[in-house]
Amino acid sequence: MQQTPTVPDATPTRPSVTPAPERTGTPILSIRDLQTHFEMDEGVVRAVDGVSFDLYAGEVVGIVGESGCGKSITMKSVLRLVQKPGRIVGGEIVYRRPASGRQKALEVDLAQLRPEGRRIRQIRGGDIALIPQEPMASFSPLHSIGSQIVEAIRLHQDVSPSEAKRIAIEKLREVAMPSPEQRFDAYSWQLSGGLRQRAIIAMALSCNPAILIADEPTTAIDVTTQAQVLELLKQLQRDHGSSILFITHDLGVIAQLCDHVVVMYLGRVVEQGPVHDIFHRPRHPYTRALLQSVPSLHAEPRIALPTVAGSIPHPLQRPTGCPFHPRCPDVIPGRCDVAMPAVHAAPGGSPVACFLHHDLEEPKRG
Amino acid sequence: MAETDRPPLLRVEGLKKHFPIKGGFLRRTVGLVKAVDDVSFTVHDGEILSLVGESGCGKTTTARCVLRAQQPTAGKVLFRKADGQVLDLAFLPEREVRPVWREMQMIFQDPFGSLNPRKNLLEIIGEPLFVQGEKSRQKRMDRVAELLNLVGLRPEYMHRFPHAFSGGQRQRVVIARALALEPRLVIPDEAVSALDVSVQAQILNLMLDLQRRLDLSYLFVAHDLSIVKHISHRVAVMYVGKVVELAPTDDLFHRPKHPYTAALMKAVPVADPDLRAALKGLPGEVANPANPPSGCYFHPRCPYAVEACRREAPALREVVPGHFVACHLAEELSLSGIGELDTARAPQLQGVPAATPVTPPPVTSAPAPAAGSARAPAGGRGVPS
Repeated sequence: MQQTPTVPDATPTRPSVTPAPERTGTPILSIRDLQTHFEMDEGVVRAVDGVSFDLYAGEVVGIVGESGCGKSITMKSVLRLVQKPGRIVGGEIVYRRPASGRQKALEVDLAQLRPEGRRIRQIRGGDIALIPQEPMASFSPLHSIGSQIVEAIRLHQDVSPSEAKRIAIEKLREVAMPSPEQRFDAYSWQLSGGLRQRAIIAMALSCNPAILIADEPTTAIDVTTQAQVLELLKQLQRDHGSSILFITHDLGVIAQLCDHVVVMYLGRVVEQGPVHDIFHRPRHPYTRALLQSVPSLHAEPRIALPTVAGSIPHPLQRPTGCPFHPRCPDVIPGRCDVAMPAVHAAPGGSPVACFLHHDLEEPKRG
Repeated sequence: MAETDRPPLLRVEGLKKHFPIKGGFLRRTVGLVKAVDDVSFTVHDGEILSLVGESGCGKTTTARCVLRAQQPTAGKVLFRKADGQVLDLAFLPEREVRPVWREMQMIFQDPFGSLNPRKNLLEIIGEPLFVQGEKSRQKRMDRVAELLNLVGLRPEYMHRFPHAFSGGQRQRVVIARALALEPRLVIPDEAVSALDVSVQAQILNLMLDLQRRLDLSYLFVAHDLSIVKHISHRVAVMYVGKVVELAPTDDLFHRPKHPYTAALMKAVPVADPDLRAALKGLPGEVANPANPPSGCYFHPRCPYAVEACRREAPALREVVPGHFVACHLAEELSLSGIGELDTARAPQLQGVPAATPVTPPPVTSAPAPAAGSARAPAGGRGVPS
């Protein structure tokens, strides 16, 4: 699907708005009530505790939240890379691949696959690729980046070594790596942070994945380089219509890149919706607090920023009821601390898990 | 009274820190990394001056040279002590620097790495008191209780160990320790970058509150421009060991005069989905400080570079009163500031000078050809207040 390039909105009040693509058809990835728990001696850490959202073709979905919100474990659950003692204890992760060329259409619940099995290994890296956070740690320093990209290509595609090399160089060119033929033989430690991140993206793209999962891909790099990488991702997304699942704690990056946003807190989705709704009409008190904590460009300098009281609770000391209620400025005593609000789309809005907006409780789990 | 009218507390003049590169036979010096190369700035009483730049620009090394945690190669670090005496710390023997350390303190980035896990808060916060001569345990306990109150922690916590605290609380402990000796200059080095955003806002508020209550001066080292804009009175932008621009915060963010500053502004992902068109990467890579380019270090990446930029390094000069720029074209260029597209919402906010009014932003990727053709300087090249 080719997306329209940035067209400035006609309304004078909101310049340069690219409308989020309409969500039509069936999602390419559907996560339903995903629960990933870590069973430890001290107790069970419910890192992901009933997360549901969809990713549609050609869409960038951002998962945002602070440390311990379960955004990375959600991503690892999709790729089935959760390490022991972590385990998916419930829910489904349905991946749907449309038929294309010689490939048949596929619909598979990734949560049911064996984590070491053949099928997930075909999907991981082939259909769903990862752009990791640490480009330095992701490449072996002993092999050239070219040989590592070729290895990934030959693992998933039946091509000759010379053909694989041709694909690798083409991918390096696609991510705007300067002189890709020479860089093919470079080692990761010979590249700067920005180029290394480009090489990683080239590797992730090498098997033409249907879904790219980007796990804080710009956290470790400088701001001018970060802008380069974000521009590159935007452009790749426009040119190929890739679906990207973007995980970050940086609200700025979310605002710049994503069509749809999922806000997480302590393993739960508190609110999700189109990016403009989340930034301009946030409904959950946590989303509002998160947005206000970032100093605005237009605020008076050196005034006190609105803050959320307290800090993120220890994972083993989860509050009862809504996980945010001890820090919530709008807490309803006797309600929020007792029952867990369900994620529900109240009339005229996107799904939010808060009793301020509806009165639906999460059904009790056994 | 503006902070810049108050007497200077710290004056750094021509500071240099060069690290030798050893190599070859007998480990001879084969080159120099000019981490800090002729940096000058002033911090006044009660002022927050920020040093910003990307990794490797020398901002932390500058801070460490000011504290004499590192021996500068050249230059002056003039610090006005509480008794009014001005000392040049740059080449003072450590024995004579030690008493000055009471008055200047650093706050580090990582609240997990900077607290000894085997000491309780009383020992951690009381240690600087002990080192500087407070031998009575009771007096130290009283002072630690007072400090914990000051940073918003309960005094009962003083017998607990760091592991019992969250990241934000630990950073409060770090701040309490830094304030133990009643410093006048505090140097927070990326003090909030390791914290989650909701906690980050709490710590920023605390630091601003303490600055006002105790009339502290901050040399605030950071890379996050939205935080720098929020907290600083003035900002110095560094690139490959040099200050390229130094100006009052509002001038710097809305009327930048150095192309690198303008590029930084464009690269910040603003938390507003309406400002997507404003985001723009800067081509190329940060220059290698061991082998910098000729002339202006920024010229290979600069869209406005002319022949003079390749030949001659520009000096930092005052272009408008209070606004210092190291660029040959500072007068000719008219660069757009941060979040320039946001013209719609600017009028809602009072007290904020409008950024450049309604001029459509240059959306074209091609840079303006050269000097002279730039937009009319709307919104004022006025004298900074």
